[in-house]
Amino acid sequence: MELITSLAGELRTVLGTVLSAAPFIIGYVLLILGTLAVWKVIRQFLQPRRDYSALKTVTFGDESAVTSNTVASVISIALIFVLWGAFTGSKLLPGFLHVPGAFTGEGSFTYTAQGPDGSTDEATVMVRVFPAGSEADAPEAALGEGFAKDDGLAVQAYRSELLRFDDNDEFTRDDGASVVAIDGRPVEAGGPGVDVGFATVNVTGRGTLNITPDTGWQMEPIWLPAPEAVWSQLVKISSDGFRNSTLAEHLGYSLFRVIVGFLLGAIVGIPLGYAMGLSDWFRGWFDPIVEFMRPVPPLALIPLVILWAGIGEVGKIILLFLAALWIMAIAARSGVSGVRISKVHAAYSLGASKWQIMRHVIIPNSLPDIFTGARVAMGVCWGTVVAAELVAAEKGAGMMIMVASKFQSTDIVIMGIILIGVVGFSIDMLMRWAERILVPWKGRG
Amino acid sequence: MSDLDIQKLSMRFDLPGGGSVQALKDVTLTLKEGELLSVLGPSGCGKTTLLNIVAGFLAPTEGTITLGGKKVTGPSAERGMVFQQGALFEWMDVRDNVSFGPRMRGQKPSQYRDEVNHLLDVVGLGDFKEKAIYELSGGMQQRVALARCLANHPDVILMDEPLGALDALTREKMQGLVLKLWKETGKTIILITHSVEEALLLGERLLVMAPRPGRIHKEYRLPFAETGVTQDLRQVKKTAEFGAVREEILGMIWDMEEEIMGRQEGA
Repeated sequence: MELITSLAGELRTVLGTVLSAAPFIIGYVLLILGTLAVWKVIRQFLQPRRDYSALKTVTFGDESAVTSNTVASVISIALIFVLWGAFTGSKLLPGFLHVPGAFTGEGSFTYTAQGPDGSTDEATVMVRVFPAGSEADAPEAALGEGFAKDDGLAVQAYRSELLRFDDNDEFTRDDGASVVAIDGRPVEAGGPGVDVGFATVNVTGRGTLNITPDTGWQMEPIWLPAPEAVWSQLVKISSDGFRNSTLAEHLGYSLFRVIVGFLLGAIVGIPLGYAMGLSDWFRGWFDPIVEFMRPVPPLALIPLVILWAGIGEVGKIILLFLAALWIMAIAARSGVSGVRISKVHAAYSLGASKWQIMRHVIIPNSLPDIFTGARVAMGVCWGTVVAAELVAAEKGAGMMIMVASKFQSTDIVIMGIILIGVVGFSIDMLMRWAERILVPWKGRG
Repeated sequence: MSDLDIQKLSMRFDLPGGGSVQALKDVTLTLKEGELLSVLGPSGCGKTTLLNIVAGFLAPTEGTITLGGKKVTGPSAERGMVFQQGALFEWMDVRDNVSFGPRMRGQKPSQYRDEVNHLLDVVGLGDFKEKAIYELSGGMQQRVALARCLANHPDVILMDEPLGALDALTREKMQGLVLKLWKETGKTIILITHSVEEALLLGERLLVMAPRPGRIHKEYRLPFAETGVTQDLRQVKKTAEFGAVREEILGMIWDMEEEIMGRQEGA
């Protein structure tokens, strides 16, 4: 019961987050529809297509009439970078595309202090907001007249700073002095703050002033660095390396683990799958094992593999071997079971021996299935190696982003994620290319 | 003489849910070398089962089959088979498909090359020797299947509805080709078909089978295959004699189908 209540609470939180994201999602969809409308207008001025599908009157529901629109893809990718740049104040983007950034520069506000005798006096606070990564001194403030003296304060963008306004005043808080108004608007200790144009100022429970400069809409580099920052990290790391290893070494180690683990998995898994497809004894023997191990995510094996084999290469390769093994075994099994019985019959009545049927009929016939399995297995292996490196590794793409995140080097994290995506995508493209070359008969039986 | 002798062949097997099926009962038949037999019957009459037993893919529960005095116990190269479709090897080109049998026997390319080329010319695929199987039309694929079977020099050719998946026009051309190959090679052929016309045109002998249990219902000896070798098949089909036999057999099969339907409704 308790569990259900707490889960219901979590669900509410999740749904609340989804709801708060809804306006952005709706806005994005409207943007897509807007570009579609614009494209439809533009298309009328272009040379119309004259191919067969241009003559189709029924396109809604005809899957073959729906091909990926290159223009949409280009706009989509460009938009991601534009949004990324706009929300990070990227220098690659003209300034008018930036969303409002955090305030930097100088500003001032006045506060009204009330002395213990009930008299009031105004003083000015000069605030200098400096961007992260630089330093600045507090501006000099003329003391001014009255018992409350002017103050100067330096604040880093996206941070806030407390001002003990009374340090230089004639009455201190201990004397009973307090701030009663900011920029002429009355405030209470611990109450809501006052917008002074470039910052929000509120009076804390202890009577000091808390100055929070406006953060604008842009992301702080520690959450999301600008594209050029990620690029310069890529350039820097590919020449200087990261954590005593070059970028090529990090990626190379990850790839090495994937390839060795996958090959071992294939070398064992494919004969295992053949045996399961050709012999009822092997099928009965391994079916329970394979069917049980298949749904266990390889990631769940990481703790056990670390306990047994340590965090070195052997442990990782065992893990990837296990990730690839079941997928390849099942692919080979279905490749064998999928052979049309008439092909086997034909080969027998042409005088082929069992071994010849294996070599010339069953193996070639199973290759398309094995290639499909290999593509899936390579994808799973790549995902697993990155996750395993997140847990423990000396080198590797996953280790790189994990260590970088501990040092809040978000630019390296994002660079790593992009590289992991690029490598994963390249692996899949390579497998598809190999498939086209090696099993051209796939799907045309 | 490699006569095919089928003696009192019966086939009965258990069903998974209990009960059993008598697929064939007491089928006896002798086929002389060079005879062309077509087998016709409603679905479920056991004609494919019969062919699979002759090919050696199934073992009968009773009875024996001998070919040239030798008992049939399993598949072998002396009984070649042509399937309806999908029995070609897509990973080989046309030439490698046709030379499959000789290659499996360990022959060198120099030993089979000329004959394979000749056979491909005979079936009209001389220009398609290096094509991939999936690049060919259905009719062309069946030509490859015929050539592949012939290249292996079987004593008997078993055809399981080889033209069933083809369109009417291609089918007619292929029927002519089958007759031509039969006459030229002098092979014993058993042809299973759904089409009464095809069975009449191609069958020197025609077997009509009846279902439940699968058995021989009636046998005919027909002149049309002989005349079809020299004459146009469409002219043969127009003759009064052809029409009369066709009507007779169609009626026979109709009656069987009606009986099956009636039995099912009664059950």
